[in-house]
Formats: sequence, structure tokens, C-alpha cells
Amino acid sequence: MGSLKVHQEKVTSEIAEKMCALCPFHAISYEDGTLKIDAGCRMCRLCVKNGVPGVVTFEEEAAQEIDKNLWNGIAVFAEWEKGEVHPVVYELLGKAKELAEVNGHPVYVLLVGYELSRIAEELLHYGADCVYCYDSQYLSEFKPGPYTNVIEDFVNKIHPSVMMYGATVKGRSLAPRAAARFQTGLTADCTVLKMKKNTDLVQIRPAFGGNIMAQIVTPNCRPQFCTVRYKVFSSAERSRQASGKIEKMGLADEKLKSCVKVQREIEKPKTIDIAQAEVIVAVGRGVKSRQDLAMAQELAELLGAQLACTRPLIEAGWFDARRQIGLSGRTVKPKLIITLGISGSVQFAAGMKGAECIISINQDKNADIFNLAHYCFVGDLYEILPKLLCRLKGGAR
Amino acid sequence: MEILVCIKQVPGTTAVEVDEETGVLKRDGVEAKMNPFDLFAIEQALLLREKYGGKVDVITMGPGQAEAVLLEAVWMGADRGILISDRSFAGSDVAATSYALSQGVRKAGTYDLILCGKQTTDGDTAQVGPEMAEFLGIEHIANVEMVLEAEGNELTVLENQENCQRQLKLFMPCLLTIEKDANTPRLPSYKRKMKTGGLEIERIGLSDFSDKDRRHYGLEGSPTQVERIFPPERNASCQKYEGEPEKLGNLFYQVLLEKKFVSENKV
Repeated sequence: MGSLKVHQEKVTSEIAEKMCALCPFHAISYEDGTLKIDAGCRMCRLCVKNGVPGVVTFEEEAAQEIDKNLWNGIAVFAEWEKGEVHPVVYELLGKAKELAEVNGHPVYVLLVGYELSRIAEELLHYGADCVYCYDSQYLSEFKPGPYTNVIEDFVNKIHPSVMMYGATVKGRSLAPRAAARFQTGLTADCTVLKMKKNTDLVQIRPAFGGNIMAQIVTPNCRPQFCTVRYKVFSSAERSRQASGKIEKMGLADEKLKSCVKVQREIEKPKTIDIAQAEVIVAVGRGVKSRQDLAMAQELAELLGAQLACTRPLIEAGWFDARRQIGLSGRTVKPKLIITLGISGSVQFAAGMKGAECIISINQDKNADIFNLAHYCFVGDLYEILPKLLCRLKGGAR
Repeated sequence: MEILVCIKQVPGTTAVEVDEETGVLKRDGVEAKMNPFDLFAIEQALLLREKYGGKVDVITMGPGQAEAVLLEAVWMGADRGILISDRSFAGSDVAATSYALSQGVRKAGTYDLILCGKQTTDGDTAQVGPEMAEFLGIEHIANVEMVLEAEGNELTVLENQENCQRQLKLFMPCLLTIEKDANTPRLPSYKRKMKTGGLEIERIGLSDFSDKDRRHYGLEGSPTQVERIFPPERNASCQKYEGEPEKLGNLFYQVLLEKKFVSENKV
């Protein structure tokens, strides 16, 4: 915690020129003999570290440190709808157990909805020490207001150190509101989570479209919130024995009622969800024309795979947007993904690098995809693919 | 209707690299631009003004150059642009940004409806809208596809949920985040640009806020801290095959067999 101080007495026009050039955010300027740092500053402190020594200094201000011992437990928000929890919850539970072991914290589930007994019992098979249920008719439909009030009540009563949410439609609406309620930190779309001995959660996520990874902590606030997308972590195993307990929580009606009314629900047509596919054949710009997709289609059929693609093919109108893999598309974690003519941009990789087995064909032996793939075939897909198809259809060697 | 749209100026490209040793971001100096997601929010605001009358203000938090996106919004049709800018906001994370924005909104005026884009192309967190709503003490609905009606102080919206769409009714004042591709944003008009030539963007800083405590903003007001940044992992081990297509085709088939994705001879 602190601020930057410019020592004007050390500034000459040569020094100023150096300093202005240093700042990656162009936030330093030199006007009327004064070196100024403007609102573009991101506090990267490069000017302190690499600048002319002593020109800009960082003035530390000790912040009041909180007592982290008062916050105990790794909580998972169990997103619920119409009797079921979202599958991401089981993945969060798996990770929660791992994180909890570091400092011997309990694992909690916060289950919010209506008529929860059956699902609460089921969650006891996934490693929770306690499932806290807020069960009310007013919570039968998701609304950010009442759900945030429930989270507030839970946090005030149980003091978990960490709360994990799925980065789902509901999670991405709810978690930030709850974080603001407690003026605490929330890191969205974490891809890696680790636990420090001092109970700080290390939250790693891609930034700048996946071109860099950022490691983030919430060093002086509790609880620590994070969201994780579906299919990033692996699901916890269901144990035959149930363990842990269920605790019913109550909250006054006026905190559960909402002025938001659901007038009607409109069904979305059943769509193909590539995120569920076990095997995927993904095509990229190496496929030159729309007709050539037939080869990829054939491969997909022979393998029982879903077809997917990179962003340019969506923009070209060859595929429905729901088939895009990548940072701005879907995240997939299949057992097998075959990439055809895909260079492997970081944005694409972000959507599939969790796949168990990656096999890629690309003409360029230095293609980025080969840094990711387990099996790399350097060559022309127009020549290799027909040979592969031939073998798959039972052709002779 | 008094509508406020929150927008952001983002880098023109996200093509950046990090120097692993110094942890420094290497950025190509590419043009900054309006966060594309915000265009849908601006368009929704303008559509509502066309239907119900009123005013559309746009607000952003950023350095002086962020004025450019406010002007762009004005040239699309917005009435007034407000820039929240102050050195004490430096190093703000999402929470500190949302708080500063909420303070700026309170200073800028009283609104029936606040619209935000769903997320930004640089931060990509989609957090600011809901956090702002909490700080302002108003309801929010995220993933709004369309505002259907705004009669009196009642709002009817179409919301995208995971497995369905919901038609929701709620009361204003409230905040909505608008879905990507929810509408077709109009282009800035040259005519409007000429007409609003003299328009001044209003500036608001920390001294204009009701909460002037520096510790609530910037680095100090940020509950999260970036410990370090580093380039993404590269997968070191890989079986690489080069050669005749026939040979490669066979090898590929062998791999699939070995890993049991296909069974011998016929699939």
C-alpha cells in the first residue's frame, strides 16, 4: 500500500525524457519543468525500479492487517436450479478439498434454493464437511438480490476464508455483487488455484486475451472470492459413503423476498454443446474452403466426435458460433481433440489446453499448436487426412 | 427517462507479451478504442430514449485520452459525456474501479436506468456492472438481451439464463448489463459530430466525490493485488512426426489405436 512521489529537485530535461519513455502506460509527462504522473498510471512501479534512481519513489503506508485466524474454511457456492446443482459444483468441491488440506480447513457447501433435502444428501458424497442449506420458496428462482443476502448471512455466521463460485451465467452475476457487499476481492475465471500457508489463496488467470498469466492474491481482505469456469478443474469423485453434516439455515423473509418478478420462462432450443463432447475434431484456417470441411466431418463421424473450429471460421460464417473454441468461445476438456490446420493462438489454446490428448496436423513445424499438442504431425492436412480416413475405414496399409 | 451508460476505453489489441525476468508488459502502441461490448449498451439506451424520451449520458473512468470514447458515444447520439479521472485511482482493481465509478455516478446525476456492457476485452471479468449496482444500492440484472418495456417506474426485460430466457419485471432505478450482439449499434454520425462540435466533456475527480478518503481508491483501495505476471506455459513434451503423408496417416491411425479411440480395423 502506498503512493508514488516525484522528487522534482532531481529532475532535469534529460532525466525527464528517460522517465517519460520508460512508462509502459505513457502516464509520465514533462510540462513546464515539472515531471507529472497522470491518471493513466497503473502502479506497476517500473519508474521506481528501472528509472533514474531516486526520481520517483514509492512511499509505503502500512495498512491495518486483518486477523486471518478468524476466517476458516473453504466454501463452495452450490449453484442450484430446479432440483439439481450445476456440474461445476463437483469440480469446485474437488479443488476445495485440495486447498483445504494445506492448512487443515474444513470444506463447506453453501446450497441455496428450494426443497433441498435430496440434493443436500447427495452432496455429502463429495467431500464436504458441512452443507449449509438456505431452503425457501422465495429462493426457488435465481435473483441476485436475495441470493446476495443469503451469502451475506452465511459469511457473517460462518466466516469462511475462501468462497468459490462457478463462472456461470448466475455465478458471474452473483459473485461480484457479493464481493462488493463485503468490499472484498474477487478474481474471475481462475485457471489455477493454490493455497499459501498463511491462508492467502493464489489465484491465477489469463489476462490480455490469454497472452499473459496474472497471479493475484487478496492479501488483506476476507473472505476471498473467486470464480472458476466449468471444465477447468476435474470433478471430485463420488464416494460410496456419505460423510459430513447438513445444517439448515434461516433468514428473515424480507431478506428473501424480491421486487424482481419472473413473468415467464422461454425455452431455448436444444443446442449442441461442444463443452460436453468427449472427442472433438477442430478445424482452422488451414482448411481452405467450405467444401473441404467434408473431410473433417467424415473424420468426426468415424470417431463419434463433435466438430468445432477457431474464430475466423465463425466470422466467415462456416460454423455456428457455439462451435467456437477459445477465449471468446467455449472452453472444452475432451478426452481427445484433433486440430486440423490450426496454428494455435493463445486465445484458441485457452479454450482447449486442458484436453487429455491433443493431436495436431499443421504444415508449419514451428506452429504454436505444437507447443501444446501431445502428438504433432507436420504436413499438409489435405494429404495426411485422406490417408488417415482410408485406414479408419478399414483400408489396407 | 434518465439513462446513464458506463463505457470503457480499451487497448486496440490484446497482443501483449510479458518479459519473464522483469515482469514488464511489452505493449505495441496500438490505437485505443471503445470496448466493443459497450456499443450494445449505448444502442439500447438510445433505443429507449427514442421510445420514451429523456436523456442519455455516458460516463467512463480513465486517463484524459478516454475522452475519445465519450465523444464517440456522443456522436452516436448520447447527450452528455462525463470523465472520471484522478491520479489517486492509479492501480485500481475491479472493486476500487467500481467504487470510484459509483461515486462518480452519484455526482453526475440521478438516473432511472444505468446500463453497462457485459464485460471488457482487456479485463474480461464482467464484474464492474454488478459491483457498481451494489455500491449504488440498486437492483441489477445481468445478461439482458433486450429491454421490452419501461412504463412508469417498471421495467420489463428479457434475460439470458443458462438453459432458458426469462422475462423479468423489476423497478427502476436499477442497473442492467447488456448482452453481446443484443442489437445492432448505430454508427457515430458525422452530422452529429458537427452539431456537437462545441461539446465539453465534464471531468470529475476525487475532490468531487462525497467519499474523499484516498484510501478507498487506487492501489490502497484495491482488495486484490497482482503478485506477478508471466507468460503462459509451453508444453515441452511432444511426439513430432514429419515425412510422407502415407506414413503420417498410418502413424496417426496407430496413435488412435494405442489410445483406444478406435478399435482394430473397423471403427
